[in-house]
Amino acid sequence: MLNQLTISALTARLRRREVSAREATQACLDRIAQVDDRIHAFLSVNAADALAQADAADRQLAAGAQLPLLGVPIAIKDVLAVKNHPLNCASKILGSFISPYDATVIEKLRAAGAIVFGRLNMDEFAMGSSTENSAFGATRNPWDTSRAPGGSSGGSAAAVVAQECLASLGTDTGGSIRQPAALCGCVGLKPTYGRVSRYGLVAFASSLDQVGPFTKDIRDAATLLGVLSGQDLRDSTSIPIPVPDYPAALTGDIKGLKLGLPREYLIGGLDAEVKAAVDAAVKKYQELGAEIVEISLPHTDYAVATYYIIATAEASANLARFDGIRYGARVEGNDPIELYSKTRGAGFGPEVKRRIILGTYVLSSGYYDAYYLRAQKVRTLIRNDFLKAFETVDAIITPTAPTAAFKLGEKSGDPLQMYLSDIFTISCNLAGICGLSLPCGFTQNPALPIGLQLLGQPFGEATLLRLAHAYEQATDWHRRFPEL
Amino acid sequence: MASAEIDVKYVAHLARLALSPDEEKQLGAQLGNILGYIEKLRELDVSGVEPTAHAVPLVNVTRPDVVQPSLPHDEALRNAPKKSGGLFIVPKIVE
Repeated sequence: MLNQLTISALTARLRRREVSAREATQACLDRIAQVDDRIHAFLSVNAADALAQADAADRQLAAGAQLPLLGVPIAIKDVLAVKNHPLNCASKILGSFISPYDATVIEKLRAAGAIVFGRLNMDEFAMGSSTENSAFGATRNPWDTSRAPGGSSGGSAAAVVAQECLASLGTDTGGSIRQPAALCGCVGLKPTYGRVSRYGLVAFASSLDQVGPFTKDIRDAATLLGVLSGQDLRDSTSIPIPVPDYPAALTGDIKGLKLGLPREYLIGGLDAEVKAAVDAAVKKYQELGAEIVEISLPHTDYAVATYYIIATAEASANLARFDGIRYGARVEGNDPIELYSKTRGAGFGPEVKRRIILGTYVLSSGYYDAYYLRAQKVRTLIRNDFLKAFETVDAIITPTAPTAAFKLGEKSGDPLQMYLSDIFTISCNLAGICGLSLPCGFTQNPALPIGLQLLGQPFGEATLLRLAHAYEQATDWHRRFPEL
Repeated sequence: MASAEIDVKYVAHLARLALSPDEEKQLGAQLGNILGYIEKLRELDVSGVEPTAHAVPLVNVTRPDVVQPSLPHDEALRNAPKKSGGLFIVPKIVE
């Protein structure tokens, strides 16, 4: 079944003309028809458009074109603009919005030959850690459909693990790529802030958001990251640093690399099976020749609080644009202010409202210095912790999430508990560094994936990928997929 | 830092967000809880620490001042909830 292949395996077979892009795309569409009523990873799929792209890819293949993703079906989180396709951010407020242009990452995927298809479910406006905040219903974890896939990019992770696409794009503001990758059991990479253009990504928290790939293995993540990366003049925060050859970094040799083990990550809420799996991964790294160094990130305990001030403040400003005037749904009012209020009251879901109120509050007159400015200063301390650690280590190794996948509904009534499930991933965004999650084991009963997180220096993705690839070569967790 | 209580009605007005009385009540309780947690930032001495607005700050980012194609008029209006004569229609603002 072609939908079960990695990108590297499919592109090899496509280049040898053993199979066609149309067959690969049809295999994904068939898989979606077979399983997605149970998973709900996709909000919509335009099969005719996907197959037309596949036919175009087959013509290019026949002409001998050599492109890194030629004929590879890749699905997209519903927060990235794809020209002439719906864009809802899993919210009611965008109504029947159709994107008038492609995001830069979509342009780059197309230029690399990919078949860009589907709208993947997510927490509304990427606010959440379980995909339960989607206005269109939760996505389910392919390993146990009574459990959450994580979030906010839950659809992106579930679609890869349920083998409904070869890879997908998601976004990560506080862990929204890495945490669902961990809970579903695939690879998820959050690039360094500024590595990948945000043009055409609907902003949640502009100083934290990054686009990144979900894949079945590390080689695919390296390939996709190479395609997505690079400066974009339409995003003034994208950084003009050359893009390395990421797949070439996968040498298998990690001898002498230093991995930092932060003592602050051994918290009370860390599940025993998750801890055991991460301990075993640390041991495996030692066998592979890496050196393990205990480090300290002393401001770790303040990261969640800092994040929920900065992210909500930025969100309250960014989401002001959804006012019912220029696009999306509208509820009429007697004057513009009434129109805005009614439209926003009817269009946004509970978590988005909660964050807009919190963000507006921390920015409001009299509270700005006490909350927002203080949080920005603590952000400096958190960033400095990491920069200091990276003076002595090449990367940092932690669990991705404190537990394996939790039950749907288990945390949705308690926002603070949900926020704390991001405790290991949030600092990375505040510091602007890169991070990835890869599978490192399973719980016993039920069998649920466990994620290992590697955090790297700013623009240190090549080293992270090398480390992750070496571990992956020495284990076979990434070869296990759920029965569906 | 302020006490962990939000005047939800007032903040919702600032945010141009209509809330039902039930929503106001629930948000008040939840946000009180979250603000209580956030209070822990007071434990830290941040005097002399510079704030970070962006982790990877760039200054004076410019691009060549060259005219580029922009979104065609009809495309820009395509998603408008109400439009007429090439314009967005809004409620009356001035008498």
